[in-house]
Amino acid sequence: MKKEIRFWNGSIAVSEGAIAAGCRFFAGYPITPASDIAEYMALRLPQEDGIFIQMEDEIASIAALLGASWGGAKVMTSTSGPGFSLMQENVGLAAVTETPLVIAEVQRAGPSTGMPTLVGQGDVMQSRWGSHGDYETIVISPSSPQESFDLVIRAFNLAELYRVPVIFLMDECIAHMSERVVIPPKEEIEVVERIKPNVSPEKYMPFQPVNDIAPMATAGMGYKVHVTGLTHNEKGYPMTTSPDIQEWMVRHICDKIRKNEHKIRDIEEYRMEDAEIAIVAFGIVGRSAKAAVKMARRHRIKAGLIRLKTIWPFPESYFESMADSIKKFIVAEINYGQIKLEVERAVHGKASVELLPKFGGAVHQPMEIYQKIKEVKNGN
Amino acid sequence: MEIEARANPMDKYLRADRIPHIWCSGCGLGIVLNAFLHAIEELNIDLDKLAVVSGIGCTGRIAGYINTDSYHTTHGRAIPFATGLKLANPEMKVVVISGDGDLFAIGGNHFIHAARRNIDITVIGVNNYNYGMTGGQLGPTTPLGARTTTSPYGNIEHPFNLCHVAHAAGAVYVARWTVLHAIRLKNSIKEALNKRGFSFIEVIAACPTTYGRRNKMPDALDEMRFYREHSVIKHGIDPSQANIEIGKEIVVGKFVDIEKPTFNEAVEELKKKVKKK
Repeated sequence: MKKEIRFWNGSIAVSEGAIAAGCRFFAGYPITPASDIAEYMALRLPQEDGIFIQMEDEIASIAALLGASWGGAKVMTSTSGPGFSLMQENVGLAAVTETPLVIAEVQRAGPSTGMPTLVGQGDVMQSRWGSHGDYETIVISPSSPQESFDLVIRAFNLAELYRVPVIFLMDECIAHMSERVVIPPKEEIEVVERIKPNVSPEKYMPFQPVNDIAPMATAGMGYKVHVTGLTHNEKGYPMTTSPDIQEWMVRHICDKIRKNEHKIRDIEEYRMEDAEIAIVAFGIVGRSAKAAVKMARRHRIKAGLIRLKTIWPFPESYFESMADSIKKFIVAEINYGQIKLEVERAVHGKASVELLPKFGGAVHQPMEIYQKIKEVKNGN
Repeated sequence: MEIEARANPMDKYLRADRIPHIWCSGCGLGIVLNAFLHAIEELNIDLDKLAVVSGIGCTGRIAGYINTDSYHTTHGRAIPFATGLKLANPEMKVVVISGDGDLFAIGGNHFIHAARRNIDITVIGVNNYNYGMTGGQLGPTTPLGARTTTSPYGNIEHPFNLCHVAHAAGAVYVARWTVLHAIRLKNSIKEALNKRGFSFIEVIAACPTTYGRRNKMPDALDEMRFYREHSVIKHGIDPSQANIEIGKEIVVGKFVDIEKPTFNEAVEELKKKVKKK
């Protein structure tokens, strides 16, 4: 098999990436600017022996994903901010029942109905804290159609490996821009399958982790698993009055992600080797920020870029150690300061952190970021 | 005096380590569970290939007592969960057992759309006229005039006729029984489990603790007696003629039994048509 070259937009790339990762079930509901993904999956999945279903709303879509995932399939939906808000209760169910699934969330400018056709990055916190209670998700952000393909495969692999909902947090303009996408030969694509139990049903404890993760017995395997959103013990049985079981369960669903943060972490550094000022960005803004760094370098300003490909779990220790050498961070994001708070928290006061916000509807121009770099450099 | 604990022949269908259940004495849910277990026994259904899905509420706890793959989902979302499960794993027999509030208020949208699509699942909707677990509030099936904790002066809302809703939305099998009709209920469940497509059984169930005692039927037997005196079997009747009103007759029976291609079958046909060579 040879590699193939395609000219794809982010929506097609994320769909094809999902199929390459083994996704064979998609349930979704139309919403701008994410509908293209559902449309493309409706076209492609039946060809791949997969199932596409358009549900009656986003709540049904994610509920169907949970059911299909417990049915043994790799599953994905696509949505945008308002639809993602509707899904949140079942994001919590997925977290607490440790159900692998992927949500391609093509962000638009919010809050509420906002600017349906235009860019926004306001769902960073929703993708982490959208449901109630303590839990963890993994959130990945691509900067190009190529990364939409490559990273969504990783999103599936992480979802299956850690039994966790993974949010693939895209930008409207990434979903709609077309670029060259290189598809590696099939045998070079790493695909992870969920771990299945290898003990007898009598000995199987469906929620007892083995090396952080509990092997997952899906429907029909003969393990007769009880799955509930109630606080449950290692057997899956409700234990709704035991603070000890509650602590054990919440620690488990959080710690399996927190303690593996360094393995999940994926960060692009550009010109950081001798940087004094670091731009922090993700998604589409990573691209303008890179151009701004190039401008700064032409003017002999030692600027660099830290682009987050994984946003959550937040790479706290990474920023803490970066703050030993970098004293000035600029966070450029299309919202009123969401990642900025995290960077600020992670650097523990060892560096200054400035926000360069856009409020939605437009991406930072490289010149705007460059101006901010100059400002910070001059100490204004 | 010591009472000897003897194995019940139905024990193999239950998660014995989860008993005793949480239901109040006089609750109709035990009868529903019993009828269901006898139905799967008589049909000799492989427990490894049976999945029971429920939402939230008293009825929602049924899934957790049955010794099979069982899923206790979020409030109202049992049907879309079951839809995903059945589509991804068509070998499974998928049954949703949930209450009237779960299936028809918060989850009403999912019910009508699953029926419209003819998803190949069986839905057993236990109708006790109120929200039992949260303390007896009015629900989408509370009869006009009935007293609940959120209709202290009597319910001013018109209730759903669940069988009419199911029929109108496209269900291929629709039946209604009360928990007094335990054997007929069991037989209906057997028919529904063997039916291709979206089958629905409404079970009118006593809830003396939070409904009956506010509506002049404080004892479970009062409700059972009412069912005996007021139920009329009318097979094949147009479900629109089977409204439930306070103090009036309860029409029960098998109302709908038709054939229609299921969503699963349509998907398989589509796949064959478009499959890449």
